[in-house]
Amino acid sequence: MSNIKNIRHLYARAGFGLRFSDLKQVTDLPVNKAVDMLFAASEQVDEANIIAGNISYKEFLNKNEGTKKMFLQEQRQQEKALNIDWVNKMSTNNAQLREKMTLFWHNHFACRTQNAWYAQQLNNIQKQNALGNFKELLLQVSKAPAMLQFLNNQQNQKNHPNENFARELMELFTIGRGNYTEQDVKESARAFTGWGFNKEGTFVARPNLHDTGQKTFLGNTGNFAGEDIINMLLQKKETATFICNKLYKYFVNETPDAQHVNAMADVFYKNNYDISPLLKFLFTADWFYAEKNMGNLIKSPVEFIVGMNRQFYITYQNPDVVLQFERALGQVLFYPPNVAGWPGGKNWIDSSSLMYRIKIPSTVLNGGVIDFAGKVDPEDEAFLATVRNQRQAVNTKVQAEVDWQKFFDSLPAHATKAAIAQVILAPALSTRITDIINKTTDTKALLIELVSTPEYQLC
Amino acid sequence: MERRYFLKSTALASGAFLIPSFLKPLEAMAMNDMTGYKNLVIIQLSGGNDGLNTIVPYGNDIYYQKRKTIAIQQPDIIKLNDMQGLNPNLSALKEIYDQGWMSVINSVGYPNPDRSHFRSMDIWQTGSDSSQFLTTGWIGRYLDANCSTCKDPYTAIEVDDTLSLAMKGSKMKGIAVENPAKLYQSTRDPFFKQLVSEHDNSNLNEDNLGYLYKTMIETYSSADYIQKTSKTYNTTSLYPQTGFANQLKSVAKFINSGLKTRVYYVSLSGFDTHTGQQNQQGRQLKIYGDAVAAFVKDLKQANKLDDTLVMTFSEFGRRVEQNASNGTDHGTANNVMIFGGKLKKAGVYNNAPNLATLDNGDLKCEIDFRNVYATLLDKWLNVNNSQVLNKNFAGLDFV
Repeated sequence: MSNIKNIRHLYARAGFGLRFSDLKQVTDLPVNKAVDMLFAASEQVDEANIIAGNISYKEFLNKNEGTKKMFLQEQRQQEKALNIDWVNKMSTNNAQLREKMTLFWHNHFACRTQNAWYAQQLNNIQKQNALGNFKELLLQVSKAPAMLQFLNNQQNQKNHPNENFARELMELFTIGRGNYTEQDVKESARAFTGWGFNKEGTFVARPNLHDTGQKTFLGNTGNFAGEDIINMLLQKKETATFICNKLYKYFVNETPDAQHVNAMADVFYKNNYDISPLLKFLFTADWFYAEKNMGNLIKSPVEFIVGMNRQFYITYQNPDVVLQFERALGQVLFYPPNVAGWPGGKNWIDSSSLMYRIKIPSTVLNGGVIDFAGKVDPEDEAFLATVRNQRQAVNTKVQAEVDWQKFFDSLPAHATKAAIAQVILAPALSTRITDIINKTTDTKALLIELVSTPEYQLC
Repeated sequence: MERRYFLKSTALASGAFLIPSFLKPLEAMAMNDMTGYKNLVIIQLSGGNDGLNTIVPYGNDIYYQKRKTIAIQQPDIIKLNDMQGLNPNLSALKEIYDQGWMSVINSVGYPNPDRSHFRSMDIWQTGSDSSQFLTTGWIGRYLDANCSTCKDPYTAIEVDDTLSLAMKGSKMKGIAVENPAKLYQSTRDPFFKQLVSEHDNSNLNEDNLGYLYKTMIETYSSADYIQKTSKTYNTTSLYPQTGFANQLKSVAKFINSGLKTRVYYVSLSGFDTHTGQQNQQGRQLKIYGDAVAAFVKDLKQANKLDDTLVMTFSEFGRRVEQNASNGTDHGTANNVMIFGGKLKKAGVYNNAPNLATLDNGDLKCEIDFRNVYATLLDKWLNVNNSQVLNKNFAGLDFV
């Protein structure tokens, strides 16, 4: 019995939740074998290939009104398509661990761009390297047009440096605050001068814009270029600790345990920042399966939506509905609130987002009507200004198809209602939940009630 | 000071006229003190409203030089003083202005302005410096500030179906209510009702599960309170048939029914006029002006205007010179419009924007927006502004 508890926990954290079809394959497997299976299933990289090419805004800057409006609409369509495509991938492919880690990097390297081609490229970089090597991932992300543009590195040039990129690199991506000085920021900015990209979306280091003088960074002096700065940052164990601290909060508990984090950082550092050995260590550690680390995290909106999609094999006739969910719950993929990413935890929850979380499952599973639109992102204002009718009454029939047959076929024979509940819900079953289980005879009705509890919001 | 505060926080403060005999000596302090909770209504114009075509500096030639095709022509302008006047689509506000219920503050912004929508909107909503990233909003932190009137989520209501960052504190959050009857119905769903009424006390632990149950219960009781109180009032005033006007009508309903809410938040989108500005902005300004005028007049006839202050802002203004598509691009400082029955300094509060000395083509900020917030916090919401803004701002004297 406790084995199922651990497997459920592993899949909830390393993936998007345990399905009964997964359970069949891993019941009675020791935890480390289950972990191996997750890695094996994630060998494939399900890359995004939905944006065909790069449409440069610059070309349209001086065009007439009509062309500009068309461009804005096209841009918006692309951003939506990229978002929906990724949700589909997360909801249907087997590479759960890889997708979950990509989501982690998506937040860690939070970035916004209006160019869906660059956004797609960055997403693929994060997915390709999700379980690979952090240094390689960091280098590629730092050279990606989306990031260079977002952090203004195109404006970072010899004789008039722009510190934004260098600062966020240290504060948010590697060693974290308190481990470098303002002078370090200034000096390293100089090392990144000339890092830019061309309109094909390829990284270009422009020597004529690059400052080749001596720089002093973290106590070392030399004619450093960007790659040297990154190497020096990774030589510092603080980088390993910083990343592991975030991983702990993502996978284990909102309150990091210093001992555990240090143990993780040791493994990460000793393995030259290889991500897989670190995760294997984490997922097989005793403390990962401690009571206090189970059912204690609030699912992010995307984890909640994807988890529900996977559990019930849901497909949406109108995929825009998923975007409405994201907006109503406060997490729209590719639109983090700022460079620090989504704060997470209790930040996801307020009176209205909680009501939606509680209602969405039953609405989707019963094919009901949703009548909310969620907030417009500030960056959509340009598009909105071209459309006359802004506040349309929203009354969308969800039209989701649930493959109930597949779901019921995957249930273990003679599964008790309590056993089913224990796979669907993370927290231990309270008397309240047990009452519901006892009172409800129809399994489908029970399932819908279970996913409508606050408990379902935890993983 | 103490007695006033006491009066405002008793149940008597919401418009009841029965004064127990022991309070009679205070009658002389004027009925003003008994009129009830002071309400603050924040209106957010999203997209970066072009301030120069809203409050038009027609007295400055540079305006016409820089905007050859999109400048508002003089005969159309509703003059407020020798220098500035209203965009004709704001004609409904002329009456409001003439009554002394409107104040225009020019050139409001912040140092090192950011011209990206989401960044600048975050700065305005969190009340941060340009280089800070805060995860709580200024109204949320007002709720956190432990003022005795801040205990309930319905203390701050946003008329929308989701909650803005502005309304999220670290401990307390406001509540989003688009439609009180709908929210009430939602929470009366039998299953939800069951969850709320039959929860274990163990569900209310400090952990995340406890937080979810606590939020659910608060939503349930807030929905009940808001619906039962607000349905006792029905406006007789006429409002335009727009979504935005409907939202303000809801706010008026909440205020006039005596809801113990201090802050309301409403937004209107569509101001990012990179192209075809005159028509697009004109449409949105008309929606805004007509709705605000109806709202102000509704409050006046219900005798609540003196207790209400409305603040309108946008995340940035736009560049002085027009672009090649009959529009304008993202700029910096902008005007802020204040409405209320008890303004200390109605009319145009300060000098028109300086169009000669610009910052790379953009207006220079003369007033930090946090001074506007500070004024509202200190003088209207009775909270020390440094508790909310993390710095002490001197504030202004429009109220």
